[in-house]
Amino acid sequence: MREAVIGRSLEGEAVSAGAGLSFRDVGYSIAGRRLIDGMTVDVPDRGVTVVMGPNGAGKSLFLRLAHGLIHADEGAIRWGDAPVGRSVARDQALVFQTPVLLRRSVAANVDFVLKSRGRASVEMRETLLRRVGLTGFARVAARRLSGGEQQRLQMARALATEPRVLLLDEPTASLDPASTAAIELIVRDVALRGVKVIFVTHDVGQARRLADDVVFLANGRAVEQGAAERFFDAPRSPEADAYLQGKLIL
Amino acid sequence: MQGFGEILALAFDLVLSGDGDLAEIVWLSLRVSISATLLACLIGLPLGAVLAIARFPGRNAAIVLVNALMGLPPVVVGLLVYLHLSRAGPLGFLGLLYTPTAMIIAQTILIAPIVAALSRQVLEELHAEYAETFRSLALSGRQTLAALLWDGRFALVTVALAGFGRAVAEVGAVMIVGGNIDHATRVMTTAIALETSRGNLALAMALGVILMMLALGVNAAVHSLRLTATRWSHA
Amino acid sequence: MTPRALCNTPTLFAFTAAFAFWAGPSFAAEPILVQSTTSTANSGLYDHLLPQFQEATGLEVRVVAVGTGQAIKNAANCDGDVLLVHAKAAEEAFVASGGGVSRTDLMFNDFVLVGPASDPAGIAGGEDVLAALARIAESGSPFVSRGDDSGTHKKERALWEDAGATPGDEAGAWYREAGSGMGATLNVAVGMDAYTLTDRASWISFGNKAAHRIVVEGDERLFNQYGVILGNPEACPSVNAEGGQAFIDWLLSENGQEAIASFTVAGQQLFFPNAPGHD
Repeated sequence: MREAVIGRSLEGEAVSAGAGLSFRDVGYSIAGRRLIDGMTVDVPDRGVTVVMGPNGAGKSLFLRLAHGLIHADEGAIRWGDAPVGRSVARDQALVFQTPVLLRRSVAANVDFVLKSRGRASVEMRETLLRRVGLTGFARVAARRLSGGEQQRLQMARALATEPRVLLLDEPTASLDPASTAAIELIVRDVALRGVKVIFVTHDVGQARRLADDVVFLANGRAVEQGAAERFFDAPRSPEADAYLQGKLIL
Repeated sequence: MQGFGEILALAFDLVLSGDGDLAEIVWLSLRVSISATLLACLIGLPLGAVLAIARFPGRNAAIVLVNALMGLPPVVVGLLVYLHLSRAGPLGFLGLLYTPTAMIIAQTILIAPIVAALSRQVLEELHAEYAETFRSLALSGRQTLAALLWDGRFALVTVALAGFGRAVAEVGAVMIVGGNIDHATRVMTTAIALETSRGNLALAMALGVILMMLALGVNAAVHSLRLTATRWSHA
Repeated sequence: MTPRALCNTPTLFAFTAAFAFWAGPSFAAEPILVQSTTSTANSGLYDHLLPQFQEATGLEVRVVAVGTGQAIKNAANCDGDVLLVHAKAAEEAFVASGGGVSRTDLMFNDFVLVGPASDPAGIAGGEDVLAALARIAESGSPFVSRGDDSGTHKKERALWEDAGATPGDEAGAWYREAGSGMGATLNVAVGMDAYTLTDRASWISFGNKAAHRIVVEGDERLFNQYGVILGNPEACPSVNAEGGQAFIDWLLSENGQEAIASFTVAGQQLFFPNAPGHD
C-alpha cells in the first residue's frame, strides 16, 4: 500500500514518503542555541540520499535525530508510519565519522554485534569481513587497524545488524583516497541490495559519485532537496549554488 | 636498632630456611586476601557498573557514599563484623568468629567499596566512549554492562589489585575478627603486629619485607597473565 | 578452556581438590578457644605449653591474646571457652555475674617498674613502688600507661591511688596513655625515655629494651596473680565445656604446673605455678 502524499518538496513536486523518512517542523536546541530550526524534509525510501551542507548546517544532528540518538524539542520525525524510536532504530545502523571499536579482535567486534542480534556464526562473520575487504584480519586487534581498515570494520559491524536503513556520518572525512574508494564501493553494494542509504558528506565530488538524491542543509534548515542530477546541474538556492562553486558561505 | 641490610638478610634467611610456620602464615594471608578480593569484585564490579551507567534519583549521593566508604577504617570494619559474628551477636550461631571465613568477610566489606568506586570511575569513562555506539546498536542494559566489564577488564584488574593491596596490608580488621591465633588465623600483618609488640622489631620488619615481596609477586603474576592475555587476543 | 572441558571428571576432581585445599583443613575435635592476656602469649608460654597438652590429650587449643579487660568482655560475649587473665577482682566479678563457672589461681610472677638509664626521677634500685611512683609524679618524669583497661593497667591505677599520687588531667604533660598492649606500650616507653609498669614476663621476653632497665622490683604490692576460668555453658551454650575443662585440669595438674615452671626465657623462669594443692 502506498502512503498518502505528505507534503511538498522544495522543487514543488509531490513525493511519496513510503517507508521513507520525514521531518516536520523539527526544532532542536542545545543550551539555548537553536541548531535545528523548523526543519522539514522528506527522504525517499530507496536509493542513496546524500545530505550536504557547510559545517554547522546540522548534518550530524539530522542523522542523530533520524536515528533517535537525540530527541527533537518540537515537530515530528517519522519513518513511514512509525515515529522514530527504539524499534525503528533496531532496523537501522549508524556509521560514525570516528569508529568506536571494542577493545577486542576484528572477529570479536563483528561477533559482538551478530550475537546482540542473536545470530552469531563463523560463516556470517567471514562473509561480512569479505564484503568489507578484511578477510585475513579476523584475529588482529581492532584498535591496531589503520584508519581506513577501522572504518571498514565499522561498516562490517553495521551490516551485521542487517539494517533496512544505513546511516553514515561523514565516514570518509579523515581517510585516504584508497580507503574512501573502498567505503564508497561498499555503500554502493549495500544500496544495490535494497538497503536505504543516507550519507552525510561535505565532499561535493563524493556526493556526485554516490547520490541518487540530495538534501542540502544550511543553518539548521533543509534549504533544497531533489534528484541528484538536477541538483548538481542547477541548484536553486543561492546557498547550494555557492557551496557547489566552492565559495565560502559566511 | 638494626640496619636495613641486616633486616633484608633476615628476611631472606627466613624465606630460605623454608620455615613451615612462615609458609603457613603466607599461605593464609594469600588465601584470605585473594578470597576477599574475588568476593569484593563479585559485589563491587556490578555495583560500580550500575553506578557508572544507570541514571536514577540518588545516584550522586550513592557515588559520594561509595567513595567515602573507601576510607573505612579497618578497625571499625573489624568491630562491626565482630559484633555480628560474636556468639552474643545476631550471627553468632554460625560460629564463624576467629576463623579465616570471618577474616574474609571483614576484608570483603573493607575493599568492596574500593572496587565499586574505582570500577565506577573506569566504567563511566569507557561508557562515555561507547554510549552512542551501543545505543545505535540498540543493546539492552545487560548487554551494555557485559560489554563494558569485558572491555574494561585490564583496567578492572588493576582495580582488583588495589583492593587486594588494601586487604593484604590491613591488620586492624583481621586482628579483631581473626584473633591472630597461631596456626589458625595468623596472617602476615598480625604476625608483624605481634613481633612488634614482642619488641622483635627486626623480625617484624623482615616479615614486612616478605609481605612486600608477596604483594610484588601477586602483582607480577597478574601483570604477566595480562600480557599473555593481550598477546593472545591480539595474535 | 571450553565449557565442555570444564565438565569432565578429572577437571571436576581437580577443582574439588583445589577448593578443599583452599577452604583449609577441618578438625576432628572442636578446638578449645582461650581468651588470654597478652603477657602469656607474647612471652611464648603457649608455644611451650600447648604442644605438651596436645600430646597428652590430642586436643587443639587456640589462643586469642588481648588485654585482660578485652578478654573478659569477649568471654562475656561467649567468644571463648577458657579465660586466662590476671586481674583477680575483675575475674571474680565475671564469675559472680555468671559468665564463668569458677576461678582458680594458676601461677604468678611480678610486675616491675622499668625506666631509662638516665633515671630522671632517681628511683633506680628502690623496692618501694609507692615511693617511686610518688617521686615520678613529683618530678614530672615521663610515664607511659597502658591505658587499655588491661590487668596491668588496673594494677597501675591501683598503685597510683595507693601512692596518693593519682595523675589527673593536669598530669597530661608527663603521664601518657598509650592505649595499647604491653609490647606496644614498652616500645612507646623506650621511644620516650619514660617509665612504665610491666609484668616481668613481658619485660624479659621483650626484644627492644634499648637502654631501659628495671628500676623498681621486689615490692610485695607488685605481686601478679594469673587465674583461669571456664566459661559458663549455662550462660553460653556454645562453650566447649568438656575441652575447656580438660585444658584447665591439665594446667592445674602436676604435669601442667611442671610445664609452666620449666618455661624459661634467657635462662629465667617467667611464671611460677601456684595452683591449689601443689605447694
